Amino acid sequence: MNSYNLTHLKALEAEAIYCLREVAAQFENPALLFSGGKDSIVMAYLAKKAFYPGRVPFPLVHVDTGHNFPETIEFRDKFVKDINATLIVGSVQQSIDEGKVVEEKGFNASRNALQTVTLLDTIESNKFDAALGGGRRDEEKARAKERFFSHRDDFGQWDPKNQRPELWSLYNGRKHMGEHFRVFPISNWTEMDIWQYILMENIEIPSIYFSHEREVFERDGVIYADSDFMNKRDTEKVEKRVVRFRTIGDMSCTGAVESSASTLEDIINEVAAARTTERGTRADDKRSEAAMEDRKKQGYF
Amino acid sequence: MEKHNNSAYLNMELLRFTTAGSVDDGKSTLIGRLLYDSKSIFQDQMDAVEESSRRRGDENVNLALLTDGLRAEREQGITIDVAYRYFATPKRKFIIADTPGHIQYTRNMVTGASTANLAIILIDARKGVIEQTCRHTFIASLLGIPHIVFCVNKMDLVDYSEERFQEIKAEAEAFAAKLKVKDFHFLPISALEGDNVVNRSEKTPWYEGPTLLYLLENIHIASDENLIDCRFPVQYVIRPQSNEFHDFRGYAGEVAGGVFKVGDEVAVLPSGFTSKVKTLELNGEQFEEAFAGMAVTMTLEDEIDISRGDMIVRVNNQPESTQDVEAMICWMNEKGMTPGGKYAIRHTSSDARCMIKEVQYKMDINTLHRLEDDKQIAMNDIAKVKLRVTKPLFVDKYETNRHTGSFILIDEATNVTVAAGMVL
Repeated sequence: MNSYNLTHLKALEAEAIYCLREVAAQFENPALLFSGGKDSIVMAYLAKKAFYPGRVPFPLVHVDTGHNFPETIEFRDKFVKDINATLIVGSVQQSIDEGKVVEEKGFNASRNALQTVTLLDTIESNKFDAALGGGRRDEEKARAKERFFSHRDDFGQWDPKNQRPELWSLYNGRKHMGEHFRVFPISNWTEMDIWQYILMENIEIPSIYFSHEREVFERDGVIYADSDFMNKRDTEKVEKRVVRFRTIGDMSCTGAVESSASTLEDIINEVAAARTTERGTRADDKRSEAAMEDRKKQGYF
Repeated sequence: MEKHNNSAYLNMELLRFTTAGSVDDGKSTLIGRLLYDSKSIFQDQMDAVEESSRRRGDENVNLALLTDGLRAEREQGITIDVAYRYFATPKRKFIIADTPGHIQYTRNMVTGASTANLAIILIDARKGVIEQTCRHTFIASLLGIPHIVFCVNKMDLVDYSEERFQEIKAEAEAFAAKLKVKDFHFLPISALEGDNVVNRSEKTPWYEGPTLLYLLENIHIASDENLIDCRFPVQYVIRPQSNEFHDFRGYAGEVAGGVFKVGDEVAVLPSGFTSKVKTLELNGEQFEEAFAGMAVTMTLEDEIDISRGDMIVRVNNQPESTQDVEAMICWMNEKGMTPGGKYAIRHTSSDARCMIKEVQYKMDINTLHRLEDDKQIAMNDIAKVKLRVTKPLFVDKYETNRHTGSFILIDEATNVTVAAGMVL
């Protein structure tokens, strides 16, 4: 007799595809937030699956801090072409030039927080009523409280204490004019699930996830890639090391790990043995215990 | 370094479970132990929790801080909302819906229970079956959770007494017998000491059953879905209109019941037109059959007008098509139900409006008594109601199919989900 039970990766895939299709059906003008990181790559890949042989019925939106790893941008452009999708870029540099935000100063300056303004502007100017994100509940404790369909008011704010109950898979995307939704189809995936799925489906990812030699320097125990955007103290020495990145944010807040993992199998073994979460390499989360919650309330993704 | 086994990982099943009980029952300790003993807590998470515990002046490391993710929760030391936790063993991946025991209990437990295969209900061995145990068990059975595991916790505080365990078991069995619970289990454990959680305890030689983790890893879940009655609610219609796929017309959806096979004779509701399944596919991959839980794209032999909200079923096995629905509902909003009020209703992929025609009774969930005179429905209340819907819904009883037997009510002014409904 056949077994009519899905493996956990297939069950997670089905759940995400169901969610993506709900978004296409319930919203008039959705968009998929695409950073070029592994989570958004998996999500865009799932979107392609969900609507095949039709095109993905929404554009990919990249909020560009201007401080990207060059490898990510190169990957992004090829990926978008391969899946025949439309790309819209929201520029943090433009928000700065227009005086909407002010660049942070000092050694730990990052454009991470500034993204929120650009993101909300991009949502508003394109009249997007839903923004799909690759956030996962296992990533961070504020994200653990997110719904699949997460309501945002007309200022783009999240009200975590007063969320809509979400039952079964009956997602409620009803809203008033000016409000929008953030939708998280891969809410229930863990870092390990993402990597196993990438391996199972043979999905291409940016090269900086794999081990490579790079000019780096260390600050507060975090290894940063050296670049023109980074203000370094005199005591911080740049040296060549063999590293890879567990997450991809912008260069000013994403730390590397020393690693020789050069294949997906190597990465999976490393993740299986890891004793710190992937966001342990993210300076943006370390600003305070509720750093993520505070940013999310203001409209951060 | 221990080598991670990839091929085993690719064959794992997924089990969703919910935990019910208050902080005092040792729920956080139990979850903490499962996560810790399965190596699912990371060092930086543990460091952060230790640091917060110290700052708060807690005596021990407070594992509840792992799940209490919001600032307000940590400040007040309470859990406001359902939190989801993840862990995996080589056999299964687990999703825990951890529901708070304090405020808005019913609302949160109903939310967590709606997608669970299994519920863990904690009983304090010193207190035995109390009102709260009955409440949790009732909600678990109302939401149709197929497996209930009663963990008699704090066995260390009753000297691991078999007599005490049997006494509690008999009490809980007597209560559960009044409910429609398909499968239940009893375990003597100590979450604090780790007895019978992950490892077998030497202190309960009289207990011959499995440990909690063994049970979670091995309990049979393949038949939790309805594999008999074929139901395919259409979510979205795929029409590429490209040169290559000019005439392609695919119906996207998740199989909500049964096993569809290529060549099956099907009927489309509400039109009643019949056709045959031409293909079952996803991303170009072709399947011979598609079973409950699979997300696929279906094509039919004939061109029929089908849109979102329609349901594809087997010709000789159809759901009830009705505008009059009798259901149990759980009210989830601070603003109570308006008698005779109109609400938006969502059932599978179908949207309509409905009117509350009658509240038949309200349930006292501690005693299971029906309150036929009290018809004021407020937050956390569970009631039996009759609804009149503006168009026919294609429903099954909730106890035969959780997908086609469930619905939500939405307040049309605020757009907020105000009730969960289960078709009787």
